[in-house]
Amino acid sequence: MFKRLPLPDTSAQKSVMVYFDGQQVTARDGDTIAAALLAAGVEACRTTPVSGAPRGPYCMMGVCFECLVEVDGVPNVQGCQILVKDGMQIRSQHGARRLG
Amino acid sequence: MKTYDFAIVGGGLVGSAIAYGLAKAGHRVSLLDEGDVAYRASRGNFGLVWVQGKGLEIPCYSHWSMSSASLWPSLTDELLELTGVATQHQAPGGVHLCYSRKEMELRQADLASLVKATGGQFDFTMLDHQQLREMIPEIGESVTGASWSRWDGHANPLYLLRALHAGFLRCGGTFLPGSRVHRVHQSGGSFVIERDEERVHAARVVLAAGLGNRRLATQVGLHAPLIPNRGEILVTERMRPLLNLPTTYLRQTGEGSILMGDSHEDVGFDEGTETPVLSSIAQRAVRALPALANTRVVRTWGALRVMTPDGYPLYQASLTHPGAFVACCHSGVTLAAAHAKRLAPWIAGDTLPSEIAPFTAERFDVQTVTPA
Repeated sequence: MFKRLPLPDTSAQKSVMVYFDGQQVTARDGDTIAAALLAAGVEACRTTPVSGAPRGPYCMMGVCFECLVEVDGVPNVQGCQILVKDGMQIRSQHGARRLG
Repeated sequence: MKTYDFAIVGGGLVGSAIAYGLAKAGHRVSLLDEGDVAYRASRGNFGLVWVQGKGLEIPCYSHWSMSSASLWPSLTDELLELTGVATQHQAPGGVHLCYSRKEMELRQADLASLVKATGGQFDFTMLDHQQLREMIPEIGESVTGASWSRWDGHANPLYLLRALHAGFLRCGGTFLPGSRVHRVHQSGGSFVIERDEERVHAARVVLAAGLGNRRLATQVGLHAPLIPNRGEILVTERMRPLLNLPTTYLRQTGEGSILMGDSHEDVGFDEGTETPVLSSIAQRAVRALPALANTRVVRTWGALRVMTPDGYPLYQASLTHPGAFVACCHSGVTLAAAHAKRLAPWIAGDTLPSEIAPFTAERFDVQTVTPA
């Protein structure tokens, strides 16, 4: 659904390897988690706590909370507010988080 | 000219519950709502249906609260059937947490006196730390124990408001939003309610305008010396069930958010929030449930309680302007069922519920002490 635009500055093209639900995803340095997932063709990264409907990144600016994922074991992280890092383990957020 | 049987001034929880009760009984009712420029206490409250500890000075208030708590299941059922809106009402009992032996003793003494004052109708149990932990496994080590009462519960106040509005409309009521009431007066045998660009005519009028009643009550020979009292609330991200019964200042909603609240601030009409207050609310919540330390707060807000000088409600019929009533309280959620099912019939002409007889404004007058 999304494709990357060419960047004028080739130094920003450095790639970063992350994992989404165990699958390797190639992202770019400077991507947010949400941008990296969309670029990799991931449309749904969570299910809602109430109805269990699938949801994916939407506002990309920290207000809609649609892009929640689990990052390195931390639940309910807003994917659009965190930059990718090499080796990052990102998992789908299934429903409401557990505590502890 | 259309004349309604009743005009209700104020579309919050108090006005909507009364309007719903009257419309359901077949009266022609209009519900006048100012709009979002109003203080909107009913959009900012916590959502407890609470009985324990209420009415220590005036036991009638405990009876009135218990009557409403008893009527809540039938209110929520009929609203669901009529409108499809669920209020998320649950009554698993509620706990008031104590942090020392001394606090436990004082609580026990207070509630025991309430049991006595209500002739044994109110009841409660003191729980030690272990018994409390069986109910709330995540309870903090520093919580000594709690008082538990089966009378307590909670609901989603926003769904309640929506359900009352929808139910009112389903019963044929007329909702008139978006305009402030400037003046209420009597003309001929009925009342004229003057709004920005229109006049509403009604045989009887009920002032349920929250803090706005201060200004309106005097126009129909009533007195409503109300004081704003701010409460701030924090709400967390949604979580799996963690707290399956409400406490005085913590509850988990049907969707999984945890609400933390119960500040009492005398700050005039300031509806804002202040970091030191929010911080102390959060610290108290973490002390009760240490696991909350790792949760995210997603929103905070402040809202103004509608308080009388003694904190008890005000219900009164005007003597100088027969057909005019005032109704205000700060427990619009707890008392919603009593307002719809017992206060509304009184306003329509039935006998006064005995529990609310003391709640007139005369109690605020300066008392003359006769020397012995």
